[in-house]
Amino acid sequence: MYISLNERGDGEQPSKGNAQVKRRVSSVVITLGVVSMLTDVSSESVAAILPLYITSAMGLSTIAYGFIDGLYQGVSAVVRIGGGWASDRVDQPKWIAFFGYGISALTKVWLLFAGGFAIIIAVVTVDRLGKGVRTGPRDALITASSDPSNLGRSFGVHRMLDTIGAAVGPLLAFVILYFVPTGYTTVFVASLAFAIVGVLLLGLLVPDRRPRSERAAANSEPRRPFRWRNLNDSRLRRLMLAAGVLGLLTVGDGFIYLVLQARGSFAAQLFPLLYVGTNVAFFVFAVPLGRLADRFGRVRVFVIGHGALLAAYALTALPVGGATITILCMALLGFFYAATDGVLAALAAQFSPPDNTASGIAATQTVVAVTRLIASTSFGVLWFAVGRVDAMLIVAAVLALALPAAVVILRPLDTAAKTT
Amino acid sequence: MTSRFRVVIATVLTIVLLGGATVYGIVAFSGYQSKQDAPSEVDTTMAAAAAVDGASRIVFRNTASGAGYGLESSVPLADPGGTRAVGTVACDRVYSTAKFSMCLRIDRGALTTFSATLYDSRWQAKKAWALPGIPSRTRISADSKLVAFTSFVTGESYGNVGFATATQISTTDGPDYGNLEAFALMIDGQRNTAADRNFWGVTFSTDDNVFYATAATGGHTWLVKGNLAARTLTTVTQAAECPSISPDGTRIAYKKNVSTSATGYWSIAVLDLATGVEKVLPEKRSVDDQVDWLDDSTVLYGMPRTDSPGDSDIWSIASNESAAGTRFIQHAWSPSVVRE
Repeated sequence: MYISLNERGDGEQPSKGNAQVKRRVSSVVITLGVVSMLTDVSSESVAAILPLYITSAMGLSTIAYGFIDGLYQGVSAVVRIGGGWASDRVDQPKWIAFFGYGISALTKVWLLFAGGFAIIIAVVTVDRLGKGVRTGPRDALITASSDPSNLGRSFGVHRMLDTIGAAVGPLLAFVILYFVPTGYTTVFVASLAFAIVGVLLLGLLVPDRRPRSERAAANSEPRRPFRWRNLNDSRLRRLMLAAGVLGLLTVGDGFIYLVLQARGSFAAQLFPLLYVGTNVAFFVFAVPLGRLADRFGRVRVFVIGHGALLAAYALTALPVGGATITILCMALLGFFYAATDGVLAALAAQFSPPDNTASGIAATQTVVAVTRLIASTSFGVLWFAVGRVDAMLIVAAVLALALPAAVVILRPLDTAAKTT
Repeated sequence: MTSRFRVVIATVLTIVLLGGATVYGIVAFSGYQSKQDAPSEVDTTMAAAAAVDGASRIVFRNTASGAGYGLESSVPLADPGGTRAVGTVACDRVYSTAKFSMCLRIDRGALTTFSATLYDSRWQAKKAWALPGIPSRTRISADSKLVAFTSFVTGESYGNVGFATATQISTTDGPDYGNLEAFALMIDGQRNTAADRNFWGVTFSTDDNVFYATAATGGHTWLVKGNLAARTLTTVTQAAECPSISPDGTRIAYKKNVSTSATGYWSIAVLDLATGVEKVLPEKRSVDDQVDWLDDSTVLYGMPRTDSPGDSDIWSIASNESAAGTRFIQHAWSPSVVRE
């Protein structure tokens, strides 16, 4: 991987007309991607083995584990907006992000001394809170360090590195347990080391950008105060509305895998591999789709991504199973994430007022997180009421209707997307 | 600080931290190796040399540190505190009868998988199943004709779908009855088809068509009575998990959730099937296990050692008195009583 560390700070406005500079992704973005990758290795390695740790080492049932998931998703949403707000307010995205990464790293220290189910749940929850805090300011830093015309690509590179971490973490944890079957503490120590390195790289190598002050200085006008109503931009509202509507129709991957599994498409013990497969597809598509978004239109790629999700729904509802269907579904889900995750952040950054990037991105991502949570909960109810295949068909049908609606809502943004 | 200086510091710290973690891992690995090679902290003998077969015994998972950790082991029923005969098969959960043993196992690797294996009395594998998640419970019927096993379906790391279990019943020499989710669940006479139905912890009665298990849906748990031929599960009572039927078939012991929070706190309760009277036993600690009957008036259960992860003891408690539990076998887990 090419990391031009000695070109730190080249995220300042690249000189216009210099195609060479324009095409390169800022080293700040790559550093932030590496920080995310290390942090994901840290979090995912622990998350991967927690069920085993709880049952094997502590001799407990995992009964309450799933319940927690929904809880911290909700809390995380609130904290995420708070992180974005604080970042814009104090005009220091780097240090707010640092705080978020730092909290997550500290939970790994706590884990080394944790001795009960309740403490482990607390550790996992605080870890997620840290993730909530840092997302908005970090994406604002990516925005501040990128040329607006290749923002999609910058986010693509960041999400690609992030995804590597999510895939490597569990692998590392299980390899450690393979060599040392009782080595849960070793996994926790490794997780702590990765987390601290991530935080250090952020603290030492990422420039301390002050987007509002810099903008004020560049335009030689006084720094404008932070106002929530700055976010009341009609284009940002449209983006949130469309993302929210589509989010309400995005059920968790787990459900899609469960439907495939119920069809006998793959053996139950291969379940974890589906997440790996989806991550690999995400990794492969992240940069190409980010570039496509910059050239062809971010709104279009965002909508096409949901088309891939619709195709995945439709595939699971087909009365045939088999490895081909499963692999296609993983590829479509990875495509969906690659076309929507970083691209949404790029869109939110594009349509947020310049002084409110972190809040704008955080608010948009929160809309998506909350609507997806509602979608998964409602889908569980629907699944219970009409059965898994019919539930899938219903969501697919509604998504097929919602996609044209999203196109209509987002149309004004599409013309705006042509930044040239 | 110049940017070059920062890069140097970052590089050095990265090498120190990741190198330190690597060193910790290597030390842990060699520590584990030498621990595995060290003599066991309890008196042991090789099962092959001990000639335990033919005598009534208690089979369990050995959790004493040192050689033989995690292997199926046994002690004579007459002398549970005596020298244990350590076998060769590693199990995370084990259950034996005179003819067969069921062994649930975590098969560790970069892709960690889980399996259930049926062994004959000489520990030769007869039948094997892949499990969808972490091993939980297993049982064999007293006549050695049926086996049942439960595992968690965790979906592992990559995001949790929620708490789910998979429980399967099979014959030892013929067809599978499949996952209990395919059985008809009758709650208070009403057919229930909820998607969040979960089943775990089977116990077999002396009638091979009848078994008991736990059913859960909508946040409630039930003791259910199963009919293999009819493929039905009918609720008997609420708030009862991991049943275990007494050798004389008159009572069922189970764990009863007495917690008001989400994390669960279980007491052992014994239900008299004839009178329907439930008695909660005076064990103050939370018991998260499927108990087994030592005899018609005593139950055995595992209790993790909080000061030593991965280690546990088997405790016993009288089912009809008010005496507290006592430690029965040290450094042991997953007991079953083999009556010859």
